[in-house]
Amino acid sequence: MTGVPGSRAGELKGWQMRRLESPWMNPKLFWGAGLLLAIVALGIIGRLFWNLDLAFTGAAPLKLPPVGFENLRGQEGAWVHPIGTDGSGRDMLALIVIGAPNSLFVGLLASLIGMSLGIFLGFSAGFIGGRTDDIIRVLSDVMITIPPLLILVVVQSAWGDVSLTMMALLIAGFVWQSPTRLIRAQVLSMKQSGYVQMARLSGASTMHIMFREMLPNLVPYLFGSFIANVTTSIVTAVGLEVLGLGPQRIPTLGRTIYEAINAGALIQNLWWWWGIPTLLLGLMFIGLLLINLGLDEVSNPRLRKLQ
Amino acid sequence: MGRIPRSYLLNRVVTLLLTVWIAATLIWIIPRLSPVDPADIMLGRMAAGAGAVENADQILAQLKENFGLNDPLVIQYLKYIRNVVTLDFGLSTATFPTRVSTLIARALPWTVGLMLLSVVITFFIGNALGAIMAWDRSPKLVRVAIPVAMVFTSIPPILSGLLLMWLFAAKLRWFPLTSAYGLTVEPGWTWGFVQSVIHHGFLPALSIVIVTFGFWALGMRGLMITVQGEDYVMLAKAKGLRPRYILYRYMIRNAILPQITAFALKIGLLVAGQVLVERIFAYNGMGKLLYDAILDQDFPVIQGVSFVIILMTAVSVFLVDLVYPFVDPRIRHDGGET
Repeated sequence: MTGVPGSRAGELKGWQMRRLESPWMNPKLFWGAGLLLAIVALGIIGRLFWNLDLAFTGAAPLKLPPVGFENLRGQEGAWVHPIGTDGSGRDMLALIVIGAPNSLFVGLLASLIGMSLGIFLGFSAGFIGGRTDDIIRVLSDVMITIPPLLILVVVQSAWGDVSLTMMALLIAGFVWQSPTRLIRAQVLSMKQSGYVQMARLSGASTMHIMFREMLPNLVPYLFGSFIANVTTSIVTAVGLEVLGLGPQRIPTLGRTIYEAINAGALIQNLWWWWGIPTLLLGLMFIGLLLINLGLDEVSNPRLRKLQ
Repeated sequence: MGRIPRSYLLNRVVTLLLTVWIAATLIWIIPRLSPVDPADIMLGRMAAGAGAVENADQILAQLKENFGLNDPLVIQYLKYIRNVVTLDFGLSTATFPTRVSTLIARALPWTVGLMLLSVVITFFIGNALGAIMAWDRSPKLVRVAIPVAMVFTSIPPILSGLLLMWLFAAKLRWFPLTSAYGLTVEPGWTWGFVQSVIHHGFLPALSIVIVTFGFWALGMRGLMITVQGEDYVMLAKAKGLRPRYILYRYMIRNAILPQITAFALKIGLLVAGQVLVERIFAYNGMGKLLYDAILDQDFPVIQGVSFVIILMTAVSVFLVDLVYPFVDPRIRHDGGET
């Protein structure tokens, strides 16, 4: 009977109890954030302890398997290249140490810019109303139906090579719509709520109402929308890379998969070449999903009751 | 069941037209902001690949027309819009002088077929699972097992595609690795061909189904939890109706409808995911056409395929929006806004 809050109250100090009861401390959020941090840590620690020059073409023998496995030519994996090498002699560990944080970086940056745009547009639409609202609403309705991947395919095939940041900026142009809609809807309903009316009556400025009264209530929604957009951005970036677009000279997980498919890694049973980037991306998405589910519990108490 | 009010219809039609127009314009403008001239890249690439390019003059002339090196910008734009409206994207540069629209017409049925199939399958599986997850009478085991399946849902179809391809096509060799039908079968309405199509389409469809049913399931679960607290469900329970009857007739029926609008917002992502699945399976649809065009720097095809897919997406969203008030009588569209 540990589930009854009353029985705990006697044993725990006030602040400890509050921390346990806080919806932000749920295990889904914890493990999700942990997974993403592990990928970031892989990038940081890898940079310190691993020779990244091995990510250049021809830095190692071709198609070596990871330690403990044997490839079709009968070569065994060696500790020099613990998770094998790819078809053009690049060390897989060096590739993912550079590539995994890159994918995450593109997702976070694109989503951050999209989010900021969304907050700005959503608040403008909800607060100013009228013509401004009409334009923003129609524009976000329109842009939400256009799949970003397809516009970006056209853009990038015309632009040739792009940098990581440029790719993030391009993707950001397609992930502002859902935060905009979400915030607009919330602002419209909050405008009518008691505490906002109260603040307005007591003479608070619009800025104060927007950022001190309303924004804190939006935080779980904003986080949820942010994480969802990180996922969308990474999926879009990986999609572009798998189609052979995106940055051409920097290792990314998507580009590694692209090269592996093109070299017939599936038939040649070079599973580590495409499998390791796939696994990392998979973990990244699972981490993001867990965070999102955790945030759902924060913003929707009904889900918490069900557990 | 009501008729669709004119203002709502007008609103939707305007959104549809705006979407298509903005997409077409973006596709036209952004390449022109490019620091490099696409015509240059393409010709350079063709020359590098083939040594002497056949019909080079014609291709160059066509490129010049496409990229508008002759007319003032406004005229180019108007010409482009006229071409887009008639779905005429000019000639492919990689398989000169095939029309882009011919190539698209050849690929489109495969894409649409695969998509309809996977959407219908996921709709049923996903909603059934979601309902079971939230139902208070379903066995405990179901509720423990489903979140595990949910995890799979966070993965984009390209990754599930790779895994399935490796396991069932490369390792076990149960299914073919590439293409939409066997090389030895003649396309036509013969049993052999149909069999080959099913055999080849199974893995691509499965890779999409596996990662999208959870979208429906999660949404359905959320809606079911809401519906469970409604008075009419309480009343039905109090009346002593059979739980199964309440589940089907009271809960699922009311919960399933908002799912349709949620779907409208997902169509774009679904389409993009399928394009990538087609690319890795070299399935004969739009995805493969797009990928081949990117490899060949065949810009008219890239433009055409992207536009047609966006058009398809926008039209599907439009149709879902139109159908929705018919299936859900609770929704009335008075001023275009709910």
